[in-house]
Amino acid sequence: MRLHPRLVAFVSGLGVLLSTMGATAGSTQESHVGSLTGHAAAGKKLYRRYCVGCHGPDGDGAGENAQWIDPKPRDFTLAVFKCRSTPTGTLPTDEDLFNAMTRGFVTTNMPQWLPLTRQNRADLVAYIKTFSPKWKTLKLGTPISIPPESRLTIESVLHGRELYQKMDCWKCHGAQGHADGPSAATLTDNKDLPIRPYDFATGSRFMCGVTNRDLYKVFMTGLDGTPMPSFADNIKPAEAWDLVHFLRTMQPLSTPEAALWKAWVASHAAELKPIGPGGSGR
Amino acid sequence: MRVRITRRGGATQVSWLLSAAVTSGCLAAALALSGGRSNAYTAYSLAVHKAAAIPAFARKYGLPCSACHTAWPELNAFGQRFRDNGYQLMNDRDSPIWQNPSYIPVTFRMTPNLHRESATKQPVDAVPGDSISGLVARTITQSGFDLSGMDLWTAGTLYKNISFVLLPSSDNTGAFHFEAAFVRFDNLFSNRWVNFKVGKFELDNLVSEKRFLFLSGNGGAYQSYHFLPAGDLNDFGLGDNQIGAELSGHSENSYTRYGVAVLSSTDGEVNLPTNQSYDAYVTLSHAVDAGALGVERLGAYAYLGRRPTYFQTSGGVPIPGTGTGNKTFYRIGLSGDFFFGDFELLPFVMHASDNAYLATATAANATLPPGVRDARWNSGFVEAHYYVNPQFVLTGRWETVRMSQQADPATPSDLGNIDAYSGGVRWYPIMFSRAGLSWHTEVSAVRTRGSAFSPTDNVWTSSLFSGLDFDF
Repeated sequence: MRLHPRLVAFVSGLGVLLSTMGATAGSTQESHVGSLTGHAAAGKKLYRRYCVGCHGPDGDGAGENAQWIDPKPRDFTLAVFKCRSTPTGTLPTDEDLFNAMTRGFVTTNMPQWLPLTRQNRADLVAYIKTFSPKWKTLKLGTPISIPPESRLTIESVLHGRELYQKMDCWKCHGAQGHADGPSAATLTDNKDLPIRPYDFATGSRFMCGVTNRDLYKVFMTGLDGTPMPSFADNIKPAEAWDLVHFLRTMQPLSTPEAALWKAWVASHAAELKPIGPGGSGR
Repeated sequence: MRVRITRRGGATQVSWLLSAAVTSGCLAAALALSGGRSNAYTAYSLAVHKAAAIPAFARKYGLPCSACHTAWPELNAFGQRFRDNGYQLMNDRDSPIWQNPSYIPVTFRMTPNLHRESATKQPVDAVPGDSISGLVARTITQSGFDLSGMDLWTAGTLYKNISFVLLPSSDNTGAFHFEAAFVRFDNLFSNRWVNFKVGKFELDNLVSEKRFLFLSGNGGAYQSYHFLPAGDLNDFGLGDNQIGAELSGHSENSYTRYGVAVLSSTDGEVNLPTNQSYDAYVTLSHAVDAGALGVERLGAYAYLGRRPTYFQTSGGVPIPGTGTGNKTFYRIGLSGDFFFGDFELLPFVMHASDNAYLATATAANATLPPGVRDARWNSGFVEAHYYVNPQFVLTGRWETVRMSQQADPATPSDLGNIDAYSGGVRWYPIMFSRAGLSWHTEVSAVRTRGSAFSPTDNVWTSSLFSGLDFDF
């Protein structure tokens, strides 16, 4: 009989322990992705399960594996994100973070978290936003408007090629898009870590999406935290589409842009001026 | 006496041997005592399977164990997709060219443990050492510190979209066999629905016995995956790795999956010991996104096989590979994996049938005894996991096997029926991307209908198990 109270105490204690361990402490931060509302408290548990190894328990990108990873994991405490639909220098939308998580980053260790439920991913977005006070102090960015894609013509591609020269894209990405421009080896990110420009020759999907619209967004929003600037103040929307059309020709993929370019170059190669120092791109 | 077995299909534990041996002995005695043929049934096969996880992958990609496992070794939806993609995350780091040249994707797993095994109503000589003193029913108990078998697993990518597995596995005496060995061509024609592998591999069971959370002698295998009527010639186990070729595919998030396999009728044995016959296995599953609850998956499977009923002989000795007089058997059913937040439920049901010739061990060129028919049974289980957090999981399982049609009509209808119960706790004191350690504690009990003394007896076998399950 003397054991009975101890047993009750033990079972009660165990119950309290389990409920405490299962509980999700933390924040009331939310995310909103479509009709979903993500909750940071739920995201915290998921973060511990999936993300902490690289991004670290404090979200500072200093997880146990960070030292082995190149490029380094994102530091959420800075609230600086590459793939956004919002102007440079502003916070991304929740949907931007959700999409990045879903898509993964092909040229990094960040995998596609597509198998997680949409709610799980929304919860993770909410939790990621707890790492930086900027999410409470800064005004959220407004997504840029993307005009309809201009018609694909050889003139559009050629004009894009001209812009590639004019905007000095070649200095990092190289004359042929092989990421071997004269500045390529000197690039660093916002944490002063070496960073490589995108190599169009690999044909891999772009970091921020696979569509022409995604590529357009990269020009107009820039990749914050990297040397890739926003060209929103330098080129017009129609010109950005021209640049998209040209860049597609640099990828070893079967795209309409590549087919058009290949056919044109077959009979006009001599008319092209080289890209690079002193070149005109036309 | 220290008893040892070498199991063709899996690592073994002495605990298994004890419970399996006494059960087999008891049922063999029941067969003899009843004077009938094939009217006693084995409670379960001798199969023992070590589940495995591969921290080598975690080391390669820098992800914690919990990224791919609900609680290792069980896969979660993300881990399932990783496996379906040929152990690739589908970024540009998959090819071995990205790996440090010193990186070797090898994993070791073993479980030093303390366990207690017990079996009731075992036939024991009334006077020890006196075989003519008569048999009496006794409870046999064994306990002490012990070792599990060991897995030595290497797996990964040979090249982008060419993956492999090689799993030499030993029992706890160090006797090795090849538990798995295959090459898989992934995403053929740049299509995730076309993947092809050849070798020895686990059947694509939605509820995997290779990656489950039970280790004890009585709980460390699904009864449903190995049950066979006693005296049955069939050697098939749904949980046994098979040798053959598999075509499989999956949707982008692996929510929809299929697999079609053609397998040698050898139950994974090497050297083609039976004949030139083939089995087939088909599986299909689909999952839905249930929001905060998790990913809910339901699947169906069917295995159709054949086994020879007699062999060509030389001097009366069967010649391996010359089996003939094939007779059929099948296993068909549904399984699921349902999440309710941190609570996971794994239901499984199966209907099974073995041809009368197989079930009664009758050669196809002989005449069946009057009234003999196919043996049929139904089985199923419900397994539950509660993930307190990624490092602490509570487990439980209830399982049942029910004969629906005995091959010999004279056999009591419930002889061989099984009820099994398991419960346990796994605590992972460390959870990172280099290695795994779990303190595993489990209680399991199995009740089998029929003893050496009476077909109406219930024989209980039970296990208490506590071990340090480590994986490096």
